[in-house]
Amino acid sequence: MSEKESLFSAKNRQLLLGPLSKDNPVLVQILGICSALAVTAKLEPAIVMALSVTAVTAFSNVILSLLRNTIPTRIRIIVQLVVVAALVIVVDQILKAFSYEISKQLSVFVGLIITNCIIMGRIEAFALANKPWPSLLDGIGNGLGYGLILVIVAFFRELLGSGTLFGFQVIPQVLYDWGYQNNGLMILPPMALILVGIIIWVHRARNKDLIEK
Amino acid sequence: MNRQGNTYTFIYAVVLVVIVAALLAVVSLWLQPQQNENVENEKRRNILSAVKIEASAETSKELFDKYIIEQFAVNSKGEKITGDAFRTDMAQEFKKSCEERLLPVFVAQTDNGVKYILPLYGTGLWGPLWGYLSLDEDKNTVYGAVFAHKGETPGLGAEITTAPFSDQFVGKTIFDNEQLISILIKKGGNASGPHEVDAISGGTITSKGVEAMIRSYLSCYESFLKQK
Repeated sequence: MSEKESLFSAKNRQLLLGPLSKDNPVLVQILGICSALAVTAKLEPAIVMALSVTAVTAFSNVILSLLRNTIPTRIRIIVQLVVVAALVIVVDQILKAFSYEISKQLSVFVGLIITNCIIMGRIEAFALANKPWPSLLDGIGNGLGYGLILVIVAFFRELLGSGTLFGFQVIPQVLYDWGYQNNGLMILPPMALILVGIIIWVHRARNKDLIEK
Repeated sequence: MNRQGNTYTFIYAVVLVVIVAALLAVVSLWLQPQQNENVENEKRRNILSAVKIEASAETSKELFDKYIIEQFAVNSKGEKITGDAFRTDMAQEFKKSCEERLLPVFVAQTDNGVKYILPLYGTGLWGPLWGYLSLDEDKNTVYGAVFAHKGETPGLGAEITTAPFSDQFVGKTIFDNEQLISILIKKGGNASGPHEVDAISGGTITSKGVEAMIRSYLSCYESFLKQK
């Protein structure tokens, strides 16, 4: 990257926007599936989870990009883990102090952000070889790309599974009177996997170049 | 300097860990008061919602002082003992046997008369469960119930905190002719009669945990509940 490259050059925009579609961490790189199944039964926790993961990927990418020339290669994974774990604890503490209700809903899954493969994946693949600014964009892009899928999955699961969105009833009572029922299967984790599968199908049908030979 | 050598690696690891530890300690100290307040307000709100008084985090202290007229602790024989009911560490008490436990009781003066609020504590699928059960003055009819959990699955076991689950307990009775029955949680929507409620679909182990929690605590409180 040349010194004079502008902050939002085409290349940098691609870092930010690519993960939303063609480089999506969940749909294309198939990372972070585990938590996508766990926190998507309702929309609100999914959004907070998406923001938390975005914050952690962005900061961990920047910090490790700043440290990248000092880290001894033999302990680089441990160094990454220490930084990511510290950031996750900070996010968890902040949620507990300022957003207590949602931190209760997300419970263990905030701590489990550490195990989200996207974070370590992006550090290894990108932050350790690039400057802080592109690393920040890459972190935010991947966090949002992950969050986007979480929100889409949570939207359908909450709508079809509970008949609500953000906890508000959206499916009118009349339908229930006519015999409509919430699909209980939707709130079970396997349906999240099937929904992710359907999203991948639609995504590949629209982006033919992603289809493997 | 050789960045791949042992000395550099050791020093790097030590410095990094010390810096991170210091940062986390600062964050923890800074946020601790706010977190403790959240926990206490949450407790007040839970106790109040067991007697159907809705409080926000801001109003919980005021409403708690207004409606809760008495708080004390009893032992398993139903005798009053010294102890701070509000600050009782339920998780610690839970490890003891019934006979040694400090059993807190909160007495609320509501618009519908005097209610007894009993704290509960137990285990679900992933971690601890707790809650509050309020009884009418007859110490038999359930007036309200509220449950909370540490880490049950969102959308499944975590549904025990929602009104459709806890409202089922209202009006149920825990005694049948002086015999303590507690409240049973039935799978598959088969609940019937004055001592049964429906379980959460997909949250069987959590529901079983709630049932066991209520039964074990009510049996500890049995002597107190039989005093008229």
